[in-house]
Amino acid sequence: MGAGRLYAAVAAGGFRRYATYRAATAAGVFTNTAFGLILVYTYLALWDVRPHLGGYDQAQAVTYVWLGQAFLAALAIGGGGVEDELMERIRTGDIAVDLYRPADLQLWWLSADAGRAMFQLLGRGVLPFVFGALFFPVALPSDPLVWAAFLGAVPLALLVGFGIRFLVALSAFWLLDGAGVAQMAWLAGYFCSGMLLPLNVFPGALGEVVRALPWSSLLQAPADILLGHADPLGTYVFQGAWAVALLAAGRLVQSAATRRVVVQGG
Amino acid sequence: MAESTAGPAGNRLVEGLRAYRLIAAMWIRSTMAYRASFVMTTAGSFVATGLDFVTILLMFSRVDALGGYALPEIAFLYGLSATAFGLADLAIGSMDRLGRRVRDGTLDTLLVRPAPVLAQVAADRFALRRLGRVTQGVLVLGWAMSRLDVDWTPLKLLLMPVMVVSGCAIFCAVFVAGAAFQFVAQDASEVQNAFTYGGTTLLQYPPTVFAKELVRGVTFVLPLAFVNWLPALYVLGRPYPLDLPRWTAFAPPLVAVACCALAGAAWRVGLRSYRSTGN
Repeated sequence: MGAGRLYAAVAAGGFRRYATYRAATAAGVFTNTAFGLILVYTYLALWDVRPHLGGYDQAQAVTYVWLGQAFLAALAIGGGGVEDELMERIRTGDIAVDLYRPADLQLWWLSADAGRAMFQLLGRGVLPFVFGALFFPVALPSDPLVWAAFLGAVPLALLVGFGIRFLVALSAFWLLDGAGVAQMAWLAGYFCSGMLLPLNVFPGALGEVVRALPWSSLLQAPADILLGHADPLGTYVFQGAWAVALLAAGRLVQSAATRRVVVQGG
Repeated sequence: MAESTAGPAGNRLVEGLRAYRLIAAMWIRSTMAYRASFVMTTAGSFVATGLDFVTILLMFSRVDALGGYALPEIAFLYGLSATAFGLADLAIGSMDRLGRRVRDGTLDTLLVRPAPVLAQVAADRFALRRLGRVTQGVLVLGWAMSRLDVDWTPLKLLLMPVMVVSGCAIFCAVFVAGAAFQFVAQDASEVQNAFTYGGTTLLQYPPTVFAKELVRGVTFVLPLAFVNWLPALYVLGRPYPLDLPRWTAFAPPLVAVACCALAGAAWRVGLRSYRSTGN
């Protein structure tokens, strides 16, 4: 089997695995819609007092909310991606089995996470977004090229998200219980990706810092392409640079961690 | 004869509380075995819930009022909602694990033990670290009260603890009802989050922010409005949502009792419908 087909099979497995939890998916759609509703009303109140806050008009702010709800599970911004399982395998020592497979650890888990994300986006993300678009004033582009540019930013967002979460998971090699690190990463991700408030609304220097951090690739970057606020090429370069840096760091940590396993096993 | 019918029910309550206390104490002891970890996770819980308030502060760095309410007033609503929910989450927040127990069959172990199942499920994995959330809520509430321009009458002061206790009871009822639902929908525990975490988030903002239908829903269908909105608006001297009568500010204890009774009934129906997975 070619390497490409192997990872495609792993991704398909990740997709199918999440597709089996139908009630959980329905529950997730319901919850994302409920949280979207609450956020939309608070944003509308905010933009009511300050129209054009952060350069968005009301319809754009509303679109941003529903995009966030669509991305939350897919990009595992609040945790819940493959990193939980990877961390558990490191803790229990099952990771040794993974290392014996004739496959690359990072690519294996990236494929599994990509499959999971694809299902979460289609199964859990689309419906709240459609609900939001039907019942609230949204600003969606009519130009198919903008949609295409937006869709180009989504896989890059996934790469950056996975890059961060892979590093978080690998920390378990040293800490054994990575729950604390995972919690901190979850908090940082939630806050710095713009899930709570668009990053362009953050005041002053704080705003500039959060927009330069990798988490802004997750929600803010694709949202700004969709809302016509950012140049796609510049955004791709920003996301791509973070993806390369994080995945390369993941490789380094992975090889250090692998040597550690061999030492322990000997 | 009246005594003999009240007796067993009363006994059962005492028995349930005793079982709850024992199991919770056991979990606290086991948590305290790793004190550093306990301190860190409690701090984490404090920070995690604090981010919600940081978001509100960030909003107020750009505006002076939200839905016509100033920052101390919203902090007051936030503090009350976060404290009431935090206490409920501390007491029985582990109820959302019920679906998993039904799936993997570990609920059976609880059924054969000589203690009420509800008490056992509620105390399971009792997490003292959730005090982080309560602390954060109380701090925001204290700050809000120091900044509010309110003429504190004895009645308003008395309403404060009544609000927190009733609000906690209402959220507990939501947790129990959500767990009862999980007997039917085993892996749909996230629906519960929409009402628990979603509910407390909703109550952190004034009712003027939300659409009338949504306010009606959380007043008459799932009466979360009694957790803080109605009594807090009385304290703040603000108009009530939906033109409700003034006395509704004092209804939270009654609403809490009704919610708990309904949730208890739902729990019994759910438990009776339970079929073991058989492993």
